[in-house]
Amino acid sequence: MTSPLQQKLKINGPVMVTANRLGDGAVIYRTAAGEWTTEIAAAAIATTADHAKTLLAAATADYVRAVDPYVAPVEFTADRRVLPGNLREKIRFAGPTIALPGA
Amino acid sequence: MYLYDDFDKTLVDERVNEFRDQVKRRLSGELTEEEFKSLRLMNGVYLQLHAYMLRIAIPYGTLSSEQMRMLAHVARRYDRNYGHFTTRQNIQFNWIKLDELPDAMADLASVKMHAMQTSGNCIRNITTDQWAGVAPDEIEDARVWGEILRQWSTLHPEFSFLPRKFKIAITAASHDRAAVKVHDIGLRLHKNGAGEAGFEVMVGGGLGRTAFIGKTIRPFLPKRDLLSYVEAILRVYNQFGRRDNIYKARIKILVHEIGAEAFGREVEAEWEKIKDGALALDPKAIAEIASRFRYPDYERLADEPAELKAGLAADARFDTWFKNSVWRHKVPGYAIVTLSLKPEGGPPGDATAEQMDAIADLADRYSANEIRVGHEQNLVLPHVRQRDLPELWRALDSIGVATPNVNLVSDIISCPGLDYCALANTRSIPVAQELTRRFRDLDLARGLGRLHINISGCINACGHHHVGHIGILGVEKNGEEYFQLTIGGRADEKAEVGALLGPAVPYDDVVDTVEDIVAAYLELRERPDELFIDTVKRIGVEPFQERVYATR
Amino acid sequence: MPLVKGGRIVEDSYQRVLDDAPVPDRIPVIVPAARLLADADDLARRGGVTGVLWPNDRRIAELAPHLHKLALVALVFPKFKDGRAYSQARQLREQYGWRGELRATGEILRDQFMFLERAGFDSFEVKKEADAEAFVEATRRFSVFYQPTGDGRATALRARLARASSATPIAREREQVR
Repeated sequence: MTSPLQQKLKINGPVMVTANRLGDGAVIYRTAAGEWTTEIAAAAIATTADHAKTLLAAATADYVRAVDPYVAPVEFTADRRVLPGNLREKIRFAGPTIALPGA
Repeated sequence: MYLYDDFDKTLVDERVNEFRDQVKRRLSGELTEEEFKSLRLMNGVYLQLHAYMLRIAIPYGTLSSEQMRMLAHVARRYDRNYGHFTTRQNIQFNWIKLDELPDAMADLASVKMHAMQTSGNCIRNITTDQWAGVAPDEIEDARVWGEILRQWSTLHPEFSFLPRKFKIAITAASHDRAAVKVHDIGLRLHKNGAGEAGFEVMVGGGLGRTAFIGKTIRPFLPKRDLLSYVEAILRVYNQFGRRDNIYKARIKILVHEIGAEAFGREVEAEWEKIKDGALALDPKAIAEIASRFRYPDYERLADEPAELKAGLAADARFDTWFKNSVWRHKVPGYAIVTLSLKPEGGPPGDATAEQMDAIADLADRYSANEIRVGHEQNLVLPHVRQRDLPELWRALDSIGVATPNVNLVSDIISCPGLDYCALANTRSIPVAQELTRRFRDLDLARGLGRLHINISGCINACGHHHVGHIGILGVEKNGEEYFQLTIGGRADEKAEVGALLGPAVPYDDVVDTVEDIVAAYLELRERPDELFIDTVKRIGVEPFQERVYATR
Repeated sequence: MPLVKGGRIVEDSYQRVLDDAPVPDRIPVIVPAARLLADADDLARRGGVTGVLWPNDRRIAELAPHLHKLALVALVFPKFKDGRAYSQARQLREQYGWRGELRATGEILRDQFMFLERAGFDSFEVKKEADAEAFVEATRRFSVFYQPTGDGRATALRARLARASSATPIAREREQVR
């Protein structure tokens, strides 16, 4: 596998680094302090490709806690709250769009 | 039922221990994700959008009531109270934790269930007709061959790291309910001129990015040669299948690129070297496996007993369900009952833990402790006395699995789509749900006759869209969900890949578009009993295109 | 990279000779396939045994005429996910009757050991030290084998048939009830 640092990374707007937690698969976001959080509000936001690459490289090295990190778009609400930037990330953030049968 | 013996049991337990060790090594960091990924996949563990997913094998679609109760237990103890029956005689749990997976597998092993080879680049769960052993139109019970192949393929030392996944399906009936022509190997058990049973061997069928119908490389293979012949096919594929491009790695591409004839020659040359070796099946070996399939002690009963006639006369809803969901059994006085897992507004193929427990109880009372799972994502009670049907129907109705829509427009096959799946481009379950609401009028649905809608949320085609009478494929366009529609596909003995109807339509239009296709069919069919699929065959795609796209 | 043979980590007595490098006399060497095909007779005349590193995309039939000149065949797993050499190994052992050393090289991990052994390999260049140490444990994890290979292990089916034919009718009955 190519190291994330060697990969070309183009970003159109603000991004975060997200992955799944190794032990239970939960959706997690990389923080500025190099930790992982399930709270999207605490995710580190990058606005340059270099910053995103640095975040991703550190996240990828942390393979004992996180599985397959990648860069994902974010958007902001009017009051600057962080939201996922596409449908896939919205579903990862909020759960399936359907009612779950066992509930 | 197939009775496991101590050999089968030991192997499943040993596999659980091995997996426990693999998980431990991953959690400690001894294994990287890249290394662990193929190991977990070979044991049915995916990482999806929100959590790990566990896919458990239901070999040749046969479940005991005890096993069904264990699935309910796994749903409750390790998941969120429900499971999803797939198109390949498996069940999936969507919310399982990696650190709890070894315990879940050990629980499953206690009833001889496992997740071996339900994923990964190996030989997958062998599938067959969900009516095998009870279907009036079969020449013998195809599950015996499913079991022979299951044993041969399990932890196969040579074929556990193939170029890509490998799926084998078997049918022994005149009507193919196992979709054998869209499998990597399709086996059709039939009789030759001399009255001996043997296999037609088809290779290179499959869906996914490029759909192909399987090609026959041997019209008649004696039973003794089944394993050596299949091993020869796999050996040729393992060596010459492409490994440079994941989308070209399935056997169908190899067969397509070198041609079925050249492929067949390679197989025959390899087979010549091994056909009289240790894989040759002598009648004693076949009989040993067959002897462990047990059938109920059927009572001597007559068809259409008084209890059934009275029930049909007394209740129109029962009559409707009976006509839709009950089929003739091999044995007089018995019936095969399909349980629809496609209620209006529900996710296709899902069942709650409570439903699983209730179905297990009903199987004990009415179906000799046995349940089947079919590729259409419905369940079957295979041994029901006809006189019990009115009572059984009331019980099924009360737990929501008696919607009389089997094989009708709302009996939709669907993959999990972007609501769960890490590979999906679009959602598929909400589309299926909206279609079941739109076609909730069962009188209309019956008037349409057999009509299969299949939905996949990406090109991998887990929802078998290519072979839906109406196929729906989710594609992403500039971040939006769009859907391509095909018509004229079918998965049975006349298998065909559907033809593209026109440009993809946005999410909000897809259900309307399907409704327009159905309206066009009503206008175009020659007679009320000409099925949708036959109308498409007769007049082609164009008349549908004109009508559906006229206003779009 | 530790070498495992006979269940133990051992010193590798072979030296790898790359492409055109001169072949040293009197010591065991492993040469690339092209070298073997070009200089097979010269190699056979030197003192010291010869092995070949055979790539996983060439047919074993091409190697077959030279087998009698060799003491070792090394097959390659460029990635542990690339399983072509399992088929080559079985062909060598079961169809061409190869009895010399059959070595697995490349990305070899603990979780493949049993498969490799069943396919006919008897020496293993293992990627990780810890895996090499766990060799015996990893290859004894399973006691039941469903399919016959050239490794001689009895399959579950044969064991069942043997048991059935030796069992008394009463024991057979008990087996069915269980």
